[in-house]
Amino acid sequence: MNNTLLEVSGVSVSFDGFKAINSLSIQIAEPELRAIIGPNGAGKTTFMDIITGKTKPDEGKVIWGERNISLLGLSEADIANAGIGRKFQKPTVFEAQTVRQNLAMALKNPRGPLAVLLHRKTPSNAARIEAIAEEIGLSDSLPRIAGELSHGQKQWLEIGMLLAQEPRLLLVDEPAAGMTVEEREKTTDILKRAAETRAVVVVEHDMEFVRRLNCKVTVLHEGSVLAEGSLDHVTSNPTVIEVYLGRGHA
Amino acid sequence: MRKTFISENPSILWFIGLLGLFTLAVVVGSEATGTGLISTSMVKTLGKTLCLCLIAIAMDVVWGYCGILSLGHFAFFGIGGYAIGMWLMYARTEIIVLNSLEGQIIPPTSQEVTDAIGNQIFGVVGSSEFPWLWALSDSLFLQLLMVALVPGLLALVFGWLAFRSRVTGVYLSILTQAMTLALSLWLFQNDSGLRGNNGLSGLQNIPGFEQTPQAVISLVFFLGSALALALGYLLFAWVVSGKMGSVVQGIRDNEARVRFLGYRVESYKLFIFTLTAVVSGIAGALYYPQAGIINPAELATIASIYLAVWVAIGGRGRLYGAVIGAAFVSLLSSWFTGGGAPAIDLGFYTILWTDWWLVLLGVSFVCVTLFFPKGIGGLFDYLIRKPS
Amino acid sequence: MFRHLLILALGLGLAGAVQAQDLQPVLQTHADEIAKPSRGSVSIALDDLIATGAPQVSDFLERWQNKGVWQRDDDGIFYFADESGDDLALQDIDSGAQLVVPADGFTQLKPNGGVRRLIGTALVQFQLTDPDADRRSTAVDSIARRPDESQLAPLLKSIDGEADKQLKARKIQLANFLSASFAPDASDRIAAINSMSTDTSIEARAVLNQILTVTTSVSATEPEGNVARILTVGGDLSQSEAYGRLVDAGLAPPVIAPNDIRDALAANVVDGRAGGMPTAQLNTQAAREKAYAALAQAGTVPPLVTMDEQRAATENHIFFERYTEETPAITEAARAALDRIETRVGVAQTVDLTLDALSLASIYFLAAIGLAITFGVMGVINMAHGEFIMMGAYTGYVVQLFVPDYTVSIIVALPLAFAITFAAGVVMERLVIRHLYHRPLETLLATFGISIALQQLAKNIFGTQARPLTSPAWLDGALVFSDVIQISYIRIAIFVLALLFLGLILFVLKRTRLGLEVRAVTQNPGMAASMGINPDRINMLTFGLGSGIAGIAGVAIGLYAKVTSEMGADYIVQSFMTVVVGGVGNVWGTLAGASLIGFLQKGIEWFNPSNTLAAQTYMVLFIILFIQFRPKGIVAQKGRAAAD
Repeated sequence: MNNTLLEVSGVSVSFDGFKAINSLSIQIAEPELRAIIGPNGAGKTTFMDIITGKTKPDEGKVIWGERNISLLGLSEADIANAGIGRKFQKPTVFEAQTVRQNLAMALKNPRGPLAVLLHRKTPSNAARIEAIAEEIGLSDSLPRIAGELSHGQKQWLEIGMLLAQEPRLLLVDEPAAGMTVEEREKTTDILKRAAETRAVVVVEHDMEFVRRLNCKVTVLHEGSVLAEGSLDHVTSNPTVIEVYLGRGHA
Repeated sequence: MRKTFISENPSILWFIGLLGLFTLAVVVGSEATGTGLISTSMVKTLGKTLCLCLIAIAMDVVWGYCGILSLGHFAFFGIGGYAIGMWLMYARTEIIVLNSLEGQIIPPTSQEVTDAIGNQIFGVVGSSEFPWLWALSDSLFLQLLMVALVPGLLALVFGWLAFRSRVTGVYLSILTQAMTLALSLWLFQNDSGLRGNNGLSGLQNIPGFEQTPQAVISLVFFLGSALALALGYLLFAWVVSGKMGSVVQGIRDNEARVRFLGYRVESYKLFIFTLTAVVSGIAGALYYPQAGIINPAELATIASIYLAVWVAIGGRGRLYGAVIGAAFVSLLSSWFTGGGAPAIDLGFYTILWTDWWLVLLGVSFVCVTLFFPKGIGGLFDYLIRKPS
Repeated sequence: MFRHLLILALGLGLAGAVQAQDLQPVLQTHADEIAKPSRGSVSIALDDLIATGAPQVSDFLERWQNKGVWQRDDDGIFYFADESGDDLALQDIDSGAQLVVPADGFTQLKPNGGVRRLIGTALVQFQLTDPDADRRSTAVDSIARRPDESQLAPLLKSIDGEADKQLKARKIQLANFLSASFAPDASDRIAAINSMSTDTSIEARAVLNQILTVTTSVSATEPEGNVARILTVGGDLSQSEAYGRLVDAGLAPPVIAPNDIRDALAANVVDGRAGGMPTAQLNTQAAREKAYAALAQAGTVPPLVTMDEQRAATENHIFFERYTEETPAITEAARAALDRIETRVGVAQTVDLTLDALSLASIYFLAAIGLAITFGVMGVINMAHGEFIMMGAYTGYVVQLFVPDYTVSIIVALPLAFAITFAAGVVMERLVIRHLYHRPLETLLATFGISIALQQLAKNIFGTQARPLTSPAWLDGALVFSDVIQISYIRIAIFVLALLFLGLILFVLKRTRLGLEVRAVTQNPGMAASMGINPDRINMLTFGLGSGIAGIAGVAIGLYAKVTSEMGADYIVQSFMTVVVGGVGNVWGTLAGASLIGFLQKGIEWFNPSNTLAAQTYMVLFIILFIQFRPKGIVAQKGRAAAD
């Protein structure tokens, strides 16, 4: 792939002797929609932690963008500003603030304290917020306190905050958890649209949801890649079946 | 922009208006204007209370908004007091010394004057040398600069060290408490250069205004404190409104999330910590000339915890809550401990409030934390929302 | 060595003829000196008295010293007498015959303090051989307090006949000290000095330092005598100090001080001018010196001594220290012996410091371990922990009010303190802390509210002054290894108590069902709950346990420190530091933290012994820095508490 955005190669990390990630290598292109699946403890969340700078790997490389920057030395904030947005498994929005404030905070703008202190509301920023609210279906809820939103709405708000950051790579951890069927459909649509212009990596448990995304799938197991390809391709892989079904139905 | 900021926060107008009315009432009632309804000592108490309100809103910003339970802000308050106290003491002693050397046949050299001042100030700790700390004490302007600079720099260095290594929560509280402890222990030493446990005294006498009655001086300081509180309120209201407020409260509620949004959380914390430290220093510089004396006991770790108590009782996360808490608790405290509250005779035991006030405060504080986490300020929400 | 001393004793041979002799005639010979003695003249009388060798001498000297001797005015005869009302109970000095007479006509002898001391010195040699061991021991002590040349011989003489082994050793040691200073023969002195080089007692060091006493002097030529060292101007002495010495020695004119210049100018003002300059201009040192120079020119005042002159004067002289002891061989031996002693003392001091630090560490451990357990298991900072310590100490105090026997009362107080603070902890957990889980900062503040309430409550009940918590008699005193190394029994007891608790807590946590559940809740509360462990119960018991240990720590601390309502506050910050430095929720971490802080505090105090406040300041600063580099403490922990 010549338009590689993120290249993870040979990364390993262990906690107290337990190898959470074992020489993992993954490449993400731009634009691309990618689903990462795997059983519990396969290292999905740790993989995201490493990319976003929360966890430092013991070995390996994480290379980003055209200029091949290593992400390993950077802080979480630097990585976010480089263009990587992350959505957590549990919806984490700022519940004490309004939807508008949540989005305004995420909007791509200078991030320094002085710039933020002297920040003024502009029509163009307002328009961007409106547009994102439209996209995630929260136009009517802009003045509401985020804590009052339903679970699904919080998930969308968080995705909206990700979009507002205008990242080149979105890491989305289990976006469909706890959603109703209609909500899932809407979430799929949002993610698919987002993936038209940028890279989106979705970590998910739910095979139905992944099938609906209709994209390349990477299967993680015990901290390394077990299989990669279309969903049908990987689900026909006997090792994958053994890992998933063998354990799930034992 | 200022217009939209004020119009978006009508409570600021309310606050400034009420403060203005209160100030007017005190001016009219003070002894300086002749009516004498309010005694000079009462004016001083009220002026000091305004300073405590100022540091309370600083505490509210750092704790209520940013989530850093600092147990060190009273140290910054004390540093501000020491900084201004050094000039007050130096300048006043200089006048006294020059007066006493007036009649001599041979005029004194500057060295002799300095030695005599040093003797006057440091005789009490058995020294007469000026420590390096006092190098700038002859200049009001420079010492005023120190009022803001020293707390600011200390907060900057301490905050940088602490936030950089991601010390948070109760760890950070204990660390700030340790900082306060170290400072007060250091000040307690005679060779700290700040007169050990004697502290600085006679600060109510303003050099150059020996003839001005205390009634007038106290009123001037009261007005200065009121102005500082109004300005401080405006400043902090501006800081915590808008996007800065969003980010800061975001840090309080979920630090990691803010980080993943691309904000350098450490810089923001450092900014808030340092800014509030500077304001605390200024509050202290206004407080201690009204109190007249400052000593290391004022900086004891417990003072900073009381500060947190005021803010918690008043209601965190709203600036007027901090003002209410500081004013209410500190005035109530001086009423109870000053013997103002009537003793209660139970027949078998008489409750003297000087003895039982702290018990009452402690218990009511626990109750506030348990049952009214929003403090007194929370009552306003209740009253406002009731009709709708 | 001892034999050596014996030979010395024989050589000195002061043994007078011991035979029955009346004292009164000798007394009459010196009647004036004895009736009105002065320090200068009394020694002749004393010498003659002692030379008689009469057994009554010792008795007489003692009575004389204690103003128990009266003189009859008529004939000047001396009597022992006791005053009772207006009467005197007389006793004849030689025969011992008794008689009661009116006090009129008798005068009491009242020797002054200096004379009494001389009498005392003379007495010592009698007391050294007194049959009563206590009196012999007192005599030895008195020699040790005021060593004197004249005591050497009687002391040596008394060694052989000494029956008490300990006292004999002490006498030999003391004889050594005396011969080191006073033996007539230099080789004897050197031998005595060398034999002292293993003796680390303060006395031995004092004796050697006495021998090594120096006086500083200055001379224009090469110094003579037993020179200790030459002082360099600018190094050992400052320029002004050196010049001051020259002035003191009369070798240079005194410097005119700035004040003197001013006074001289003020005294010589003529028509508003001094030294030709208007007084108003004399407000700088330079102007004053100029005006003064003008006055000196005119001869009205002594001339100024310029800096150059001072420098030249000091350069032309040699400043040095000279031993008062003239024999170089003796001072060299003393120096060598002292060096060897000091090396030993250094080692001993290190050992002593380590013991001190160890006992301090065990106190911190006791104070902090309860806090560490609650913090680790529940993630709760208990600001009222210090008040539980206080409660424990007051429990001990109250128990002592009812149980007079200190041993029994301590045995009662320890479990009682545990029970009371355990109950208080459980109540607090149920009423307050339970409702504030996952709000650690609120917990901190609420427990602080409890802390101020409890503190004031204690003040209201027990008052503000310190209450005694007396330790049993068998804990009094100290285990003395040498003059340098000693450790009080209370501190040993606290150390043992800390060890006991370390063992007990480890046992509870690692070997019991409760410990297993506590560890489970610490590591993963959700999983523990799903395994059927009731976290509420565990939290309650843990909090009770932590508080109970604080109560016991309170009794222990109260035994060696004062019991006040504020004692908890004194320990709470240190306890927090211990927990934070050690790492949360781990017994070994707390132990490491307590040791680090204990040793650190003692170490800093050792570097700067005069200023304990500075020591504490530096320690807190160190801890702040330490946490920068190890935010999770020495023993970092994973689990619930580590998550925040």
